[in-house]
Amino acid sequence: MIPFTYERAADANSAAKAAAQPGAKFIAGGTNLLDLMKLEIERPAHLIDITRLPLRQIEAKDGGVRIGAQVPNSDLAAHPLIRDRYPVLSKALLAGASGQLRNKASTGGNLLQRTRCYYFYDTSKACNKREPASGCAALQGFNRIHAILGASDSCIAVHPSDMAVALTALEASIETMLPDGSKRTLPIGELHRLPGDTPHIETTLHPGELITAVVLPPPPPGNQTYRKVRDRASYAFALISVAAIVRVEAGRIRDSRIALGGVAHKPWRALDAERALRGKPASMESFANAARAALRSAKSYGGNDFKIPLAHRVLTRTLAEVAGIEGAA
Amino acid sequence: MATRSPLSPAINPIEENRQGIIGKPLDRVDGPLKVTGRAKYSYEYRGVKDTTYGFIVGSTIGKGRISAIDTSRAESAPRVLAVVTYQNAPKQAPLHPREPGPSRFDRSEPFLFSPEVRYFGEPVALIVAETFEAARHAAGLVSVRYVKDPQAKFDLMTHQSQAYKPKGVNAGMKADTSEGDFDGAFASAAVKIDVTYHLPHEHSMPMEPHATQAVWEGDHLTLYSGQQVAAWAQSSVAKTLQLPLENVRILTPYVGGGFGSKVPIHAQAVLAALGAKVVRRPVKIAQTRPQMFANTNHRPECLQRMRLGATKDGTLTAIAHDVWSQTTPFDEFIEQTAAFSRVMYAAPNRFHRHWGVMLDLPTSDIMRAPGEEPGSVAQECGMDELAVALDMDPIELRIKNEPTDDPETHLPFSSRSLVECYREGAQRFGWSKRPKRPGTLRDGRWLVGYGVASAMFPTYLRPSAAAVRLNADGAAIVKTDMTDIGTGSYTVLTQVAAESLGLPTDKVTVELGDTRLPKSAGSGGSFGAASAGSAILLACEQLRSQIAQLVSKDRRSPLAGANVGEVALRGGNVVAGEKSESLQAVLSRLAPSGIEGKGEHQGAEKQPKYSSHVFGAQFAEVGVDIDTGEIRVRRMLGVFGSGRILNPKTARSQLIGGMIMGIGAGLTEESVVDPRDGSFVNRDLAEYHVPVHADVTQIEAICLEEKEPYANPLGIKGLGEVGIVGVAAALANAVYNATGVRVREFPITLDKVLGGLPDTIAT
Repeated sequence: MIPFTYERAADANSAAKAAAQPGAKFIAGGTNLLDLMKLEIERPAHLIDITRLPLRQIEAKDGGVRIGAQVPNSDLAAHPLIRDRYPVLSKALLAGASGQLRNKASTGGNLLQRTRCYYFYDTSKACNKREPASGCAALQGFNRIHAILGASDSCIAVHPSDMAVALTALEASIETMLPDGSKRTLPIGELHRLPGDTPHIETTLHPGELITAVVLPPPPPGNQTYRKVRDRASYAFALISVAAIVRVEAGRIRDSRIALGGVAHKPWRALDAERALRGKPASMESFANAARAALRSAKSYGGNDFKIPLAHRVLTRTLAEVAGIEGAA
Repeated sequence: MATRSPLSPAINPIEENRQGIIGKPLDRVDGPLKVTGRAKYSYEYRGVKDTTYGFIVGSTIGKGRISAIDTSRAESAPRVLAVVTYQNAPKQAPLHPREPGPSRFDRSEPFLFSPEVRYFGEPVALIVAETFEAARHAAGLVSVRYVKDPQAKFDLMTHQSQAYKPKGVNAGMKADTSEGDFDGAFASAAVKIDVTYHLPHEHSMPMEPHATQAVWEGDHLTLYSGQQVAAWAQSSVAKTLQLPLENVRILTPYVGGGFGSKVPIHAQAVLAALGAKVVRRPVKIAQTRPQMFANTNHRPECLQRMRLGATKDGTLTAIAHDVWSQTTPFDEFIEQTAAFSRVMYAAPNRFHRHWGVMLDLPTSDIMRAPGEEPGSVAQECGMDELAVALDMDPIELRIKNEPTDDPETHLPFSSRSLVECYREGAQRFGWSKRPKRPGTLRDGRWLVGYGVASAMFPTYLRPSAAAVRLNADGAAIVKTDMTDIGTGSYTVLTQVAAESLGLPTDKVTVELGDTRLPKSAGSGGSFGAASAGSAILLACEQLRSQIAQLVSKDRRSPLAGANVGEVALRGGNVVAGEKSESLQAVLSRLAPSGIEGKGEHQGAEKQPKYSSHVFGAQFAEVGVDIDTGEIRVRRMLGVFGSGRILNPKTARSQLIGGMIMGIGAGLTEESVVDPRDGSFVNRDLAEYHVPVHADVTQIEAICLEEKEPYANPLGIKGLGEVGIVGVAAALANAVYNATGVRVREFPITLDKVLGGLPDTIAT
């Protein structure tokens, strides 16, 4: 761990200003950052503690919900507004990490957690994300947990968040404050980037830009669910996860929102699948077609070959279940 | 003077159990200390004011040598006291010879002794600093250049053809044994299977990391170090540092789990001693979780070919078990994996053979039930495959091949209740509800299957000594360097002493984990309770005999003139027939400064007359998600024939703990090696998947009533390891029963069954 200085932010604007300095970084729950600092993967010279900022409210707003960036994951999962109206989010949160981690982890921090790629975590290995232009040890390495969509020859890492997958399906937006005191709002789909040849740049946030809230629009009509497939029953990252909201009317799919986790460098909105479903009968065939559409550009790297058929199966089944269709089996 | 073997006290109070303390579910006597944080583990000692902190720098190549090492930046970093490398480390004994001597754990283990790098993560430098943070920071400032060895080998499958034949295997067993004509019998067998199972590297990963604090006083060294066997640690450290044995003291009163990995000493123990010598202050070091993957022992990856031949009615005629397992060029550990099949089933024609494959990886070593656990996979999955080939119930197949004596040694079994375990377990588990054909039982989206497998672990007894002191107030203090690694040693040894001395348990205090106490076998090989407990029994017998002589000769005692052999300690009294006097009165009159008994035994006989093991039957029900292949354990039941139970609560904890670890072996645990550089890839507990609470639903362990007359005077069988044996096989067999997919590559993760699942989706 590299020595660093520390300050507790007095307000959001001064936090953003302080964080705009080179080498500065926010710290909230620290559930990911501290581990990475110990391993010297993150090497901030200065930490700005934002845990005392007044960003812990969950409030109903314009038919939706505004979630302060410092709301802990466990509080958010348990909140009646979330449980009643956004069950996909509550389920996704509870599928992530452990009770202890969810108590510490913040809403904003969850969005910004970094990949669990083994080679990113091992400073003796080549990793373009950790050290630009050093190479990618995962491409020819043990890549069982790696991306099948949107990856590049520079990086095949996946984003580990469950919460962000649900927020993607819910079309949440992110409120931020910039160092100059101005505010902006961006759709969650524009927060994270695909790796391209700059996998070390993971978000579109500007230096010092502070996430202050996540805003959920009114829930879209339809049933919601979150399905996570993993190697053990709890406390494991997703091999594949699906956040799905499906509205069926008179046996046909009126509308759907589908996002996938464990497949890409960012929470993956499966727009092709949504388009394929629109107006189609709510049948296994339609859902399998949608899954095919979602995975049309999928590519695997040896260790993760199984993820493509797995994603197909779990996406098809999850859509069928959320649409209330009994499976063929 | 100590009471030595033979191991038969004049009166065996454990056998009589007049107070009923043996078999009582006494709560852990150390429980309150543990839940209130007062039980101190190695890293937590703060008694020494000027303690400093060590941090290990590991190599970042798998094999080669250090060509240059620059420690200047680290040395000049704030609060750094020393940087130790092979260039300036204090003198140590040379590395132990490659082939193990009488004990793998009693030998020199130097570190930082050479520029050669033997495995990825081997210590190349030690930072000692005023604070942990300063030490860790400076570790990142050491710059090392290496020359890699292009001939390095890291992959078992690739190098299997270069396997060699070892002289022997772990636990003093023979590498190869055989009987009859396997080839002929197998060739002519009516029904046969020939299958190969592949098991991964696994790590013990106890919750307490491997940690040591070293304190020098002159040329005397004290190590606070989590160890399973204090005496071996003492001797290994003394040999490494070339000190007289008596100059080294090991303190290990509480240990947060071991599973074999704290039987040897590891890098942090030696490095703490070296660092403390250099800076002339105490040093403490805890390995980080990632460091533990390279610098503690792992169970080696292995390939097992299993051939079974049988007649049409299921009588085994031929068994062959061939094992190839990873070892290293600098240290030989060959897991005794083919030893399991030597003991389990009758068959006149058989062989059981081991090979080693030298890879440039960290040395492999014992992990919970070494040999038996991996060996049970090939044998017990093999039996399931044979049962399918025979169209026979897998329990009936096993019962049909129950041997009348030990198939290897032809000694009679001292006790063996395997058939009873299967019968009782089948009834309790509802085995009759098992689907006869795979893939036919559904519960919602789950394909459900049942599996069984046998468990076995040898009953060892090793030399041990103990002292028991009775104070005039009637309180007893038991002393032995035995350890409690979470197993319940403090508790069961309290019970043994209390029953032997006729005292309530709250009058007995047990002191463990200090090499200044009488030397015991320690914790390992499931021999701890039997070995230390027998020594305590003998020490108590000696106390009884001393007291009997005192009262017999004392005219003031109502027991005056009593036959010494008939005097017993019971209910806080000294009794002989109808006569009785309180122990406290006797002691305060005849031994006012207290009295001490010593017990020592030499362990098992060199030429045993019986073959002694604990046997059990493991039952598992799994669900396999029909779409995703996710495998979840629905129920598990283990039934064991385990002799006398000292404490059903700690016994059950040991057994279900083993069974849970078996879920890991079957379904989740794998230390993946990157064949490009020999590093373990998934080096933390987020990615090395041990079972978590949610993976363990209904689990139960039952001990049948069983009399074990020969293994040790307590009539017990060690339970620390048998619980894990057979679980992986039972789960694999259940997965087959659920899906019809036979997976021979462990752990059985969803990707390995996915391709064999029904096409429920319109793909």
